[in-house]
Amino acid sequence: MFFYVIRRLIYAVPIALGVTLISFLLVYLAPGDPLNAIAPSDAPAETIAALKVAYGLDKPLPMQYGLWLLRAVQGDLGVSIASGRPVAAEVLAAVSNTLVLAGIAGAIGVFFGCLLGALAGYWHGSGIDRIATFLSVIGVSVPHYWLGMVLTIIFSTWLAWFPAMGAGPGGSAEWLWDYAHMRHLVLPALTLCVIPLGIITRTVRALVADMLDQEFVIALRARGLSNITIFKHVAKNTAPTVLAVSGLQLGYLMGGSILVETVFAWPGTGFLLNTAIFQRDIPVLQGTILILCMFFVALNLIVDIIQPLIDPRMVRA
Amino acid sequence: MFNARSPLIKSLVALPLFFALSHGAQAETVARYGISMTDIPLTTGQPDRGAGGYQFSGHTIYDPLVEWEMNIDSRPGKLIPGLALSWKEDPKDNKKWIFTLRHGVTFHDGSEFNANSVIWNLEKVLNDKSPQFDAKQSAQVRPRIPSIASFRKIDDYTIEITTKEVDSLFPYQLPYFLISSPTQWEKLGKDWNKFASEPSGTGPFRLEKYVPRERAELVKNASYWDKNRIPKTDRVILMPIPDALTRANALMNGQVDMIEAPAPDVLPQLKAGGFKIITNITPHVWPYHFSTQPGSPWADIRVRKAANLAVDREGIVKLLNGLAKPAEGQLDASSPWFGKPSFKPTYDLAAAKALMAQAGYSKAKPFTTKIIVSTTGSGQMLSLPMNEYVQQSLAEIGINIQFEVVEQENLYLHWRSGSKADMNAGKGITAVNVAYVTADPYVGIVRFIDSRAIAPNGVNWGGYNNPKVDGMIDKIRMTFDQKTQDALLANLHEIMVDDALCLWVVHDVNPHALSPKVKGYTQAQHWFQDLTTIKM
Repeated sequence: MFFYVIRRLIYAVPIALGVTLISFLLVYLAPGDPLNAIAPSDAPAETIAALKVAYGLDKPLPMQYGLWLLRAVQGDLGVSIASGRPVAAEVLAAVSNTLVLAGIAGAIGVFFGCLLGALAGYWHGSGIDRIATFLSVIGVSVPHYWLGMVLTIIFSTWLAWFPAMGAGPGGSAEWLWDYAHMRHLVLPALTLCVIPLGIITRTVRALVADMLDQEFVIALRARGLSNITIFKHVAKNTAPTVLAVSGLQLGYLMGGSILVETVFAWPGTGFLLNTAIFQRDIPVLQGTILILCMFFVALNLIVDIIQPLIDPRMVRA
Repeated sequence: MFNARSPLIKSLVALPLFFALSHGAQAETVARYGISMTDIPLTTGQPDRGAGGYQFSGHTIYDPLVEWEMNIDSRPGKLIPGLALSWKEDPKDNKKWIFTLRHGVTFHDGSEFNANSVIWNLEKVLNDKSPQFDAKQSAQVRPRIPSIASFRKIDDYTIEITTKEVDSLFPYQLPYFLISSPTQWEKLGKDWNKFASEPSGTGPFRLEKYVPRERAELVKNASYWDKNRIPKTDRVILMPIPDALTRANALMNGQVDMIEAPAPDVLPQLKAGGFKIITNITPHVWPYHFSTQPGSPWADIRVRKAANLAVDREGIVKLLNGLAKPAEGQLDASSPWFGKPSFKPTYDLAAAKALMAQAGYSKAKPFTTKIIVSTTGSGQMLSLPMNEYVQQSLAEIGINIQFEVVEQENLYLHWRSGSKADMNAGKGITAVNVAYVTADPYVGIVRFIDSRAIAPNGVNWGGYNNPKVDGMIDKIRMTFDQKTQDALLANLHEIMVDDALCLWVVHDVNPHALSPKVKGYTQAQHWFQDLTTIKM
């Protein structure tokens, strides 16, 4: 296992390089100019030329990427072209905000996804199954943006139960796990949880339904074991796959939903990426994508490490 | 007998204390303002995000030498003394301007404002060899103060600025140039990034708290030098909420007290909820800039005029739920520089068709051309629905428009490059839809019709080249009498309209929605706004 982990960590290096290189090139392939973020719309050519020199954008692309990489491996992700703030601080603040939102949304999605999926799979073909399937289809089909708006109109504007936007009364810098702050989490977390909820429900339902038809379950029933004991066996056998799917979903959530974070003005990675994309803020884009890529790799690695602990047949070597 | 422990005595002692404490606790008035930007504009001195950025982190924390009058809504503002008490051109050499500075002004850090501060700030944005030079601030303001050739200190409260050419319009450039504290910059290790979090200017507000992309808390500078502009609210909290519907929801559920740019669709709901909708005449125009280069269909003045006569502007105002004003030219008719153009760009389909027929076109025999527009963006209003409206209107007279749709950042690149550039002419693009501020003579008129500003030297996008106009611009720059200057500018605007250089559609009205808790807010006829007028 130790060598497996080391090998996986080594694999992460070319993945990170590839991701940053592709994102770097995509920014240049897209029409527009990073300097639009800082130059007035009618800036004359001489101002643009001076800015290119000031930000090193006059250098050839391979050199720009190489210089960025050289600094990045030393832990310096540079400064934002648009705001002048250090990218590392920008990204870490955004990641911590998204972690709060994604963590809660992921927990809701996994818990209720497993519950609904298990019920639907256990009573396969019943009314519960149809309701759970309907909810999961809705979850993966409904546009986030629309759902966020509808929830806001109902629960914020009409009923005034929850705030419409923001990360707490004093902003994310003063985040506390108290009622005043967690009220701000409710609507974005509910909006964001529907996709993992839908996907995990469908996955668990299929796994449980399939597992209940397996010969070992028939054998367990024949031996007179209780439904609870049989369910424990089924749960243990479905857990590795559910864990893998949940890990992937959490990884996606960590990327931050650009639409959900924009609708709720939640200052996470999605909001940061949205701004950086429109401003062609290459250092922020590069830094954010690199950190998120590392998160994704780490989450998958953790899942791969946990899976054999649940099911020893999946031992890694 | 006196008993200090008696309930009556206790109450008599406690009551004043209670009122004093409760009064103290309630004393601070706070206005929470949902702004449409994705981030707080730069706080180091020269804000980014266009003229709109100045109202938030510009004219709040800092002051210019020459100010724009912002605390009046019933007429267009004018230039008024800021940190400079007075200014005048040198009669012996009209390129030289003498500025007499205000005494007794201090920065928020307590240091003194004087001529050294002004020279230091000019070096900050114009001299890339100076230690305090900041490329980002320079990029913001350099295009706004293009006339400055050199500057020098005469004495502690007098400076001299020399312009490249004689330029009577030069003072209009100065509300964009703001003064940061040299002492604070030194104190923070000469680091502009640190300065952004702990800025120091001479303005009516101090920045107390700053969380990027989330909030900036501005607190009243009670010792501000202009007693008329001491903020009426103790604390103004700026909260970026880029989505228009989210802004409206935040207002309706009480998370903010006022918002800018409410979506037209939610106006009925806001009005029904008792929220005030404030609009005013605003120096802004939403036009199509035509290419007048050979080969462009717009090179024919009859086609340009026909396009202007084919659009029902009232229909577009209706589309925007009243949040616009029909344009009669580049400027609003109330502007002192509007003049009396002989061509009236109003809706007259019959006249439009007649002009097109003279030019050899009709609905049955149309021409097709391409316009570059943006999906959305600052100042672009409801870009796509408005453009589709114009597209349908022009189709009625035989002009078939195809759109090249890009993001606003990309649109600006096309704008700066000019109509002859390969990225425009090479793609068959013959007009650009860029909306912008028209607040002063240079940004409103001159930069679009001066042949010396033909792209890439400026944003005379279409390549308009009229020696008579160039001569008039030279004359205006040499005219220092305000009334004569205004009259000449009006003549310039008349020519622009009579030549139908653009298709003028509407002016923005800079809408704001206010909670009933907001008791006062004066919305100037400008993109510069005075947040000191907000009263809770």
